[in-house]
Amino acid sequence: MSYENVNSTLGADFRLRPSATPRFASQVQAFVSPLLARYGIVLGFLALWQIASTQGWVNPSVFPPLDLILSALWDSLASGALLDDIAISLQRSGIAFAAAVVIGIPLGLVMGQARIVEQALDPLLQFFRQTSALALYPVFILLLGLGETSKVFVIFWATLFPILLATIGGVKEVDTKLVEMARTYGAGRLTIFRRVVLPASVPAIFVGLRLSATTALLLLIAAEMIGANKGIGFQVMNAQYNFQIPLMFAAILLLALLGLVANAVLVLLQRRLCRWAQPNA
Amino acid sequence: MSLAPATLRGEVTIRHLSKSFTLDGRPLPVLADVNLQVRSGESLAIVGASGSGKTTLLRILAGLDDADSGEVLIDGRAVKGVGSERAVIFQEPRLLPWLTVLENVAFGLDTRGVSRQEARSRARRYVQLVGLQSFENAYPRQLSGGMAQRVGIARALAVQPEILLLDEPLGALDAMTKISMQQELTRIWRDEDVTTILVTHDLEEAIYLADRILILPREKNAEPRLIEIDLPRPRDRSSPEFVRHREELLRLFGLH
Ligand SMILES: Nc1ncnc2c1ncn2[C@@H]1O[C@H](COP(=O)(O)OP(=O)(O)OP(=O)(O)O)[C@@H](O)[C@H]1O
Ligand SMILES: [Mg+2]
Repeated sequence: MSYENVNSTLGADFRLRPSATPRFASQVQAFVSPLLARYGIVLGFLALWQIASTQGWVNPSVFPPLDLILSALWDSLASGALLDDIAISLQRSGIAFAAAVVIGIPLGLVMGQARIVEQALDPLLQFFRQTSALALYPVFILLLGLGETSKVFVIFWATLFPILLATIGGVKEVDTKLVEMARTYGAGRLTIFRRVVLPASVPAIFVGLRLSATTALLLLIAAEMIGANKGIGFQVMNAQYNFQIPLMFAAILLLALLGLVANAVLVLLQRRLCRWAQPNA
Repeated sequence: MSLAPATLRGEVTIRHLSKSFTLDGRPLPVLADVNLQVRSGESLAIVGASGSGKTTLLRILAGLDDADSGEVLIDGRAVKGVGSERAVIFQEPRLLPWLTVLENVAFGLDTRGVSRQEARSRARRYVQLVGLQSFENAYPRQLSGGMAQRVGIARALAVQPEILLLDEPLGALDAMTKISMQQELTRIWRDEDVTTILVTHDLEEAIYLADRILILPREKNAEPRLIEIDLPRPRDRSSPEFVRHREELLRLFGLH
């Protein structure tokens, strides 16, 4: 069969398809369907919420309709009422997250490389990992008082472990064949660390960073539950206490949105740092 | 000893080399009193059944493993550990995925403290030598298996070693890529003044590339055999002499 023949059979096939589908519609579909695949369940859930609430399937004073939540969010942002809370919350999460990064990554790099250090610290690590940061919050309060320190510390504690464990995992998974290759070119321990181990661990470290960033924000609700009079987490509790349910959901939504932003920032950073790992860079 | 004469560059002497591993608590002898002299600029192929100790021998030569007894001399000096006069090409390309082709080729120059600029220009020359100049800025995942292996070869050549150690470097490639890479290797070895020790289990590859072939026996007390391949290059795989060598090797392996 010649080339032309192949083409003409293909052409016939195409003509068999419903020619009524206009180009524009198919372009819209090409744009919408991945979105739908990705966010379909979320959108469906939100739609269900809205309908259930307005139709009275659920108690609207407990699950207020979305438009009420959104307008509560908008009002408190536009009036500037929440801005102070956002600032103090970001400060708490930010300091805790930064400390977790500054301690977790170097410690993880050392633990992943030095068997002795890892063996010495591993039981401790496993123990603390199994103990939820929230369960230790009373202990932190007892030790550090009710002020800022214990709030930052409980968030730090919760964010430290994902970063630490991801970093250890990343270092341990480094291909030993690459290390051996570097060795044949006369690379010493430091060079191997800098040029092989560290770059190879970056993707794994980012997994931990992203998990920790989200945790740092969501944990505000718990951290600001006690002994706080400002903060997004405090607003969640306070609104609940005063039965301002739309405001409560608005504050939760705000935390979730901040989490999404933090995640997006980290994804962007990861893309820049790991261009080599992307399918079409 | 006084200064070695220039002709001694890349000469390898193996003396009474022995190595055994422990398997299930019992010693497993792999190399027993291996003696060998590889001439400067010579290309030696090592063949032998699977498990006969080819990789073990090469890793000791590379300085990646230690022998139990015996010694390796390079240009008359006993060596221990890795050294800048040797470069290794493994079966897998072992490229660093976060570096471009050019950066990968420059890697061995970087680790040896060659200046960035000098390293880049030398790397560029070797990328060209293996015909990948249009892929200088590609990342390893964008390369085919054969291309990646060529990058590995360029990286090894770029450090201008006296001795090139290769462990089944073409073993993972398809038959056609393999043949074209063998031709390329002959060309490269003619241009680069380097002693090569090549482990392979492809008898035809050994005859095509090597000046001499060392056959490692399976029984540890049998003597290793050496076969001289005295054919002009580039070699013709279908010439009667070539075919005769292949038959001789097959007979030695009891396959003919
Ligand atoms: N690190 C090790 N520990 C224990 N035994 C080993 C080790 N490395 C190799 N051996 C043993 O040494 C013997 C020779 O292995 P080697 O890898 O040198 O064989 P080879 O000739 O390269 O084989 P192949 O052609 O399959 O690559 C084998 O029996 C193997 O089981
Ligand atoms: Mg082997």
